[in-house]
Amino acid sequence: MMHAVDALLRKELRLELRAPQAVPAMALFSVTTLVVFHFALQRGQVDGDLAAGVLWVTLLFAAMLGTSRLFVADHEEGGLDGFLLAPVDRTALLVAKAVSLFAFLVALEIVAVPAFALLLLGPTPGLGAIARLVLVLLLADVGVAVIGTLVGALAVQTRARDLLVPLLALPLLIPVVIAAAKATTPLLLATGAEGIPLRWLAILCLYDLVFGLLAYAVFDFLVED
Amino acid sequence: MLYATRLRALSILTAVTLTAGFALAFFYAPMDADQGFMQKIFYVHVPLAIVALCGFIFGGIMAIQHLRTGDSRYDLRSYVAIHLSLVLGAGVLITGSIWAKASWGHWWVWDEPTLVSFLIIFLLYATYQPLRFSIEDPERQGRYASVFAIVAGAFVPLNFLAVRLAQSYTHPRVFATTDGGLPAKMQLPFYLCLIGMALLFATLWRYEMASKNTSAKLRSLRRKLAGDEAVAPRGRSAAPSVGTGS
Repeated sequence: MMHAVDALLRKELRLELRAPQAVPAMALFSVTTLVVFHFALQRGQVDGDLAAGVLWVTLLFAAMLGTSRLFVADHEEGGLDGFLLAPVDRTALLVAKAVSLFAFLVALEIVAVPAFALLLLGPTPGLGAIARLVLVLLLADVGVAVIGTLVGALAVQTRARDLLVPLLALPLLIPVVIAAAKATTPLLLATGAEGIPLRWLAILCLYDLVFGLLAYAVFDFLVED
Repeated sequence: MLYATRLRALSILTAVTLTAGFALAFFYAPMDADQGFMQKIFYVHVPLAIVALCGFIFGGIMAIQHLRTGDSRYDLRSYVAIHLSLVLGAGVLITGSIWAKASWGHWWVWDEPTLVSFLIIFLLYATYQPLRFSIEDPERQGRYASVFAIVAGAFVPLNFLAVRLAQSYTHPRVFATTDGGLPAKMQLPFYLCLIGMALLFATLWRYEMASKNTSAKLRSLRRKLAGDEAVAPRGRSAAPSVGTGS
């Protein structure tokens, strides 16, 4: 199991490093979206709940781009058939895809969050606030990666693939958006960062746990035949 | 046919229970002190919402059965339940919106967590049909739809929790979803309406199942009598195919 995950993960990352496709597209999209927000909101600076909203909408929509591409290469080039022939647990594919999507999301955030701070964010968060923001981002990324893998695998076999991914994933991710935006707001206040209410982190953990287990339970049925 | 048995009795029972429930709601239950006559919509809205949610969950349970057994009849049950719940869900959103307009003066309020959660769930399940329709292979369509139904079924309670926590409780809850806040004279009509609505769901579900099974049976009989060429092939459809193999 570990060997299979390791091999699949290295394949994903090598593919992305040799011919970067998902990460540059997501990063570019996120910066463009920030510019769109600047003009649509007609503001030079945002803070507090507005800043949290802008950040999470940008990250979520950029994540949709990566999600809809996640299984396309495997489906079109026959990688999925090759995997099914190999005598390994199907869960290995779920874990490898979710981890690689998680890595793509982290790479996206390394670009998008500094760009957001530079272009739109009014207050300058201190080190403590940044550390807490990283924690919220990582917890939310786990949820997005799990749902993204599930929805990507579901949508890749359909004819309306790119249409279905955001339609399926966005409602499913609304609890993540609620908790992440609520947790990010106190970190970006104009009056200085405040503590995060613990219940939002608890909601994120609960979400990650529930959908992680659920994805583990149902993923096998998505990669049969 | 199996599904058409005792349908008449069930239909009559549904009609009687719902009529009695609504009659009690109008003539027996007291007027609400704050909201007056508009509060009567509560006897339609809340039972509709509860039954629709239970329908979604029922669809998820049938989907689990479908994946476990591989029996496509469970897929049909899940499909019909989710389809019906979607229709009821549209009713929930409309009646909820009317109620919001009457009591708060706006067609939509974001600080009513139950209604907001319901909208999110409705939007999620609204993708069920497009998902089915975009998968051509019937076996795979059923399997993927079941995976979706299970994930969405688990999403329902988690979503309610998250949305409920996100509200700052600006509105006092007039009617708790548990019967704690309900006066005794409102309880009887409410539960009667709830049972009536559940019976309505069951009746419509049985009718739809009977119709789907009967038309599948009819097709296979036609094919046996007149040969394969006489029956037009089934077009691409979001509905599960039943018994077409026979």
